[in-house]
Amino acid sequence: MVKPEKRIILKYADEPNYTQDIDCYLKHGGYEMLKKAFKMKPEEVCAEVMDSGVRGRGGAGFPAGMKWKFLDRKSGKPIYLICNADESEPGTFKDRQIIHKDPHQLLEGMLITAYATQTKLAFIYIRGEMQEGARILERAIEEAREKNLLGDNILGSDYSCDMLVHRGAGAYICGEETGLIESLEGKRAYPRIKPPYFPAVLGLYQCPTIVNNVETLCHVKHIVEYGGKEYAKIGTPGNTGTRIWSVSGLVNKPGYYEYACGEITLGELIYDVCGGLLPGRSLKAVIPGGSSSKILRADERFTGTLKNGETFDWGITDIPMDFDSLAACGSMSGSGAVIVMDDSVDMVEALANINAFYAHESCGQCTPCREGSLWMKKVTQRMTHGGAREEDADLLHSISTQISGRTICAHGEACAWPTESFINKFKDEFVAKASQPARRSEEALRLI
Amino acid sequence: MNLKPQTLERIEKQLKRYPETRSMLLPMLHLVQEDKGYISKEAMEWIAEKLSLQPIDVYEVVTFYPMFRQEPIGKCHVRVCRTLSCALKGAYQTCDTLQTELKCGLNETSEEGDFTIEFVECIADCANAPVVHVDETMHAHITPDKAKVFARQLKDSVASQQPA
Amino acid sequence: MSESKEETELVTMNIDGQDYELPAGMNLVDAMASVKKEVPHYCYHPKLSVSGNCRMCLVEMGMPMKDRDTGEAILDDAGKQKIGWMPRPGIACNSKVAPGLHVRTNTDLVKDCRESVMEFLLVNHPLDCPICDQAGECRLQEFATDYGRGYSRFIEDKNVKPKRTQLGPRVMLDDERCILCSRCIRFCDEIVDDPVLGFTERGSYSTLTCYPGKQLENNYSLNTVDLCPVGALTSTDFRFKMRVWFLKPVRSICTESSVGVNTEVWSREGKIYRVTPRRNDAVNDTWMSDSGRELYRQVEAETRLKRFGTDGRKACIAEAIERAVELIKVGPVAYVASGHMSVEEQYLLRKVIEIEPGSVHMLRHEKEGDGLLISNDRTPNTRGALVTQLTQTLPDTDFSQLATKLDAGEIQTIVVFGEDLLANGIKAEQLKKINIVYFGTHANATSELARALLPTLTVFEKNGSFINQQFRLQTFLQCIPGPAGLLPDVVLIAKLRAALQGEKAIDPGVNEIWREMSEDLPIFAGLSFANIGETGKLLDSQAFVDLPFCEGKTLHYEPQAQALAGAVKS
Repeated sequence: MVKPEKRIILKYADEPNYTQDIDCYLKHGGYEMLKKAFKMKPEEVCAEVMDSGVRGRGGAGFPAGMKWKFLDRKSGKPIYLICNADESEPGTFKDRQIIHKDPHQLLEGMLITAYATQTKLAFIYIRGEMQEGARILERAIEEAREKNLLGDNILGSDYSCDMLVHRGAGAYICGEETGLIESLEGKRAYPRIKPPYFPAVLGLYQCPTIVNNVETLCHVKHIVEYGGKEYAKIGTPGNTGTRIWSVSGLVNKPGYYEYACGEITLGELIYDVCGGLLPGRSLKAVIPGGSSSKILRADERFTGTLKNGETFDWGITDIPMDFDSLAACGSMSGSGAVIVMDDSVDMVEALANINAFYAHESCGQCTPCREGSLWMKKVTQRMTHGGAREEDADLLHSISTQISGRTICAHGEACAWPTESFINKFKDEFVAKASQPARRSEEALRLI
Repeated sequence: MNLKPQTLERIEKQLKRYPETRSMLLPMLHLVQEDKGYISKEAMEWIAEKLSLQPIDVYEVVTFYPMFRQEPIGKCHVRVCRTLSCALKGAYQTCDTLQTELKCGLNETSEEGDFTIEFVECIADCANAPVVHVDETMHAHITPDKAKVFARQLKDSVASQQPA
Repeated sequence: MSESKEETELVTMNIDGQDYELPAGMNLVDAMASVKKEVPHYCYHPKLSVSGNCRMCLVEMGMPMKDRDTGEAILDDAGKQKIGWMPRPGIACNSKVAPGLHVRTNTDLVKDCRESVMEFLLVNHPLDCPICDQAGECRLQEFATDYGRGYSRFIEDKNVKPKRTQLGPRVMLDDERCILCSRCIRFCDEIVDDPVLGFTERGSYSTLTCYPGKQLENNYSLNTVDLCPVGALTSTDFRFKMRVWFLKPVRSICTESSVGVNTEVWSREGKIYRVTPRRNDAVNDTWMSDSGRELYRQVEAETRLKRFGTDGRKACIAEAIERAVELIKVGPVAYVASGHMSVEEQYLLRKVIEIEPGSVHMLRHEKEGDGLLISNDRTPNTRGALVTQLTQTLPDTDFSQLATKLDAGEIQTIVVFGEDLLANGIKAEQLKKINIVYFGTHANATSELARALLPTLTVFEKNGSFINQQFRLQTFLQCIPGPAGLLPDVVLIAKLRAALQGEKAIDPGVNEIWREMSEDLPIFAGLSFANIGETGKLLDSQAFVDLPFCEGKTLHYEPQAQALAGAVKS
């Protein structure tokens, strides 16, 4: 029995006859929550979001209400809101659905957020490759403007907020909030050192700025609908609301699925919802939260104590899909992107593929990530082309531990954790590469 | 720098919306590249002047972001995603086949100038792996066994000058 | 250190278990260096913005723990306040001294951070040491020795980037050596407002570039060479000439203008190889102009005067002095002094003039400066003449006053110090019957006419001091010996003075002259050549406050403020 999804964000997205235009959205109760929010004071909206406990859906999982609290409202400088639509974490494709199928939900969520944070100008920073998505959002903005839901004196009030779509140009590091801000300012996307450049204090144009993920901003609309405390009842304490899980890799039905946090286990997701593995295959490993998250081994046992004091002893299929459980198992839910690997996958190849990504995307500003990511790529490249040595496993692990915690931004952790965890969990494969004469085993697919 | 009047119009319109002109740099590079096909040295200097920047500021940005190119490409821009989810579904083999069928090397333009083939990193459509991004369309499930047929479609579309 | 106008509060912070009193708000890297606890770093520079990208200065930092609600100190078992150490190491360059701040540099974590960063920096770094000019003063070499792992684990291919690109007329770039610290870019953007440099490409392939078609050619381009911690940016003039460990650095003062930029002159066996700036936070920070560096070439210029002469023939010192005395006694005498003379020389000349009075003329070398480190007055020591009371007024724009006197037949002998009269308002006919006694370093039209020719030494070949536009007295030391047989200017003038008085000459050094000056002139009371110090001494300029000095605003100099300041603390 496959657990039915709990579609709050994607409620209408895949319904037949549901279209992107504003008329369709209005027919489905669109912008009613914006009107409701306008009847509240901005602080009240913020309080609801705080009560909801909603955590960022972009990857870091930082509580949105707390992020808004850090906003410097006393500086006298204009406040900006930026929607991070630079979906680039490998394995993630959930924001794409929202943007292409239900753009007005994002706009409504943004406008409520803008009102709550007293923003006058909001940006949607969308990755450059989503040309169609950018056009859809621009059309949606103009439609909203025509109906006085955006722009000057929204709904006849004295609150005005304009919005504009800004396209990126192919850099993963623009997903990092200060890298995004630098890119929006028209520069190379070099993340900023924090302190002092916390976006809530010194963000876009050195003004207080909030950067939130597409999905998170959509949740704001629903928090206004439910009320913060009611919303918090969805999911589990500390892991509230629903999440859209993007599942890809070697399963029968890869796709996007929305469930309340903790409602479904990794096993249920892979085997029930996604129809299990390809014929004749067994599960080998899962990356649960985008390629930056640490890999989980199929035959691993996960034990420990959760935040609420409960102890756990799980197999990989038992892990509930939420923030804290995956963190307790030594990984993270990240962007919610689950990549499934079966026994046909050569782990050294898989790591080589991932390392090449991070080496390409490193902005190059700080030494450990810049040099370390390329070094790790070169090592795994060599290993997959017949040049592996036994000591390479330890070397890779050593390089990765030299990067985490020493960089300007989280890209350091992002490029280090895959290597660190792959070696931790599959060291034998890496060591064995040294004695494999062929470039790769005949069965395994070429991944690099 | 003779850009189309529509391009200039769009530049003027968008420029007004940003609090600071430098923010217009990426949008402007996109618009100029859409118009001319690539960013020339002349274009960089023109943009620098328009935004009161130094040419090096523009040059730095053009070389940082992979979507901007300084050389023209083929009529049909074929970008194969190589990141893990697509690779697991055979993206590398698909790319090999496309190169053979379209007679075009990786990171090169074919002899008649019809195709340019590149690898790109994750383009956020992983359930449809392997994904091939051709011009502005995402093509889903181009597995190795379907690559040859797909190549045929691309050749046909270029021949008839119609979008795929 | 130089004088600071504000009193900054000293606070207690703890480094490696020991308490230190340090100024609140001071940059942590500088603060720790001041107590001999060096934190290795590449991208940080005290005069540029903080970029925090090299990650070499990672240290452990912590603050004393307090209860969140009550604000009470949290104590450990021994009763001492617990320190809440930050879970990750932090960069010292982005941190400031704060009361209670605790820093650890001697832990395994910090050791590992430093070894790691060194390893990462060397991974793509070319093995160029044998051919790299930076060897011997290269931070990669130094920190690899002090903080590196000592062996390499890298067996892959290194990145290839453009090597030996001529970035500009004076600067050579090797991109493979570049560690992407961005100091040069920040310098060009922030200090000289010539933003021609930038990073192109991305990640480990990032490359320092000048926009194609543009050059790094501003008059401060060589400061990027000083700034570059590695051998990526090197001087084309110095390229391959000498290994730095053979060079002896001696401190000097640049004579390009009245800014009085502090310099370091590097020489070996009597030959100068390069000039670099010396730090003085009150005058030039850590910078100097390219044109100022070039001035060392005057030492070996072809026009250099190397022989004493009388009436066009070679002579020895004694003969030249004798002839000079003769010509002066013929009288009446006029003296042409110069803002190029040192304070000591100007003082001794004044003493000579007391014996044999005559009018004193000085030429104004005024040319528009650049608002940074070149002032409008292109001599280093105009104010020396005022302070030593050699003159009471500022120099004239030309020698027309002298010309008038010549025409009126009032002058018979002119004693000239380094100026070319014929290029500045005097005509050849006017000098036809005049006796010229010429002291100077280089030949010119006037020196050709000298009946007593006494060659002198350049600033590099003698000791002395100058007073800059701020009325700051700064000393310079001898770097190389002068041409064989020549003596310091002060010795020659002292000999002249003694001969005029019919006494035996005692050749003074600068110390003796200072003894005399400090007793004779109240403004120099208590000073000796030695105690002036490496960063100079600010003098009381109240007496000269109303003079219309020609300098405009430059780094660390505001004409109004200077005039208003009047009496300044020494």
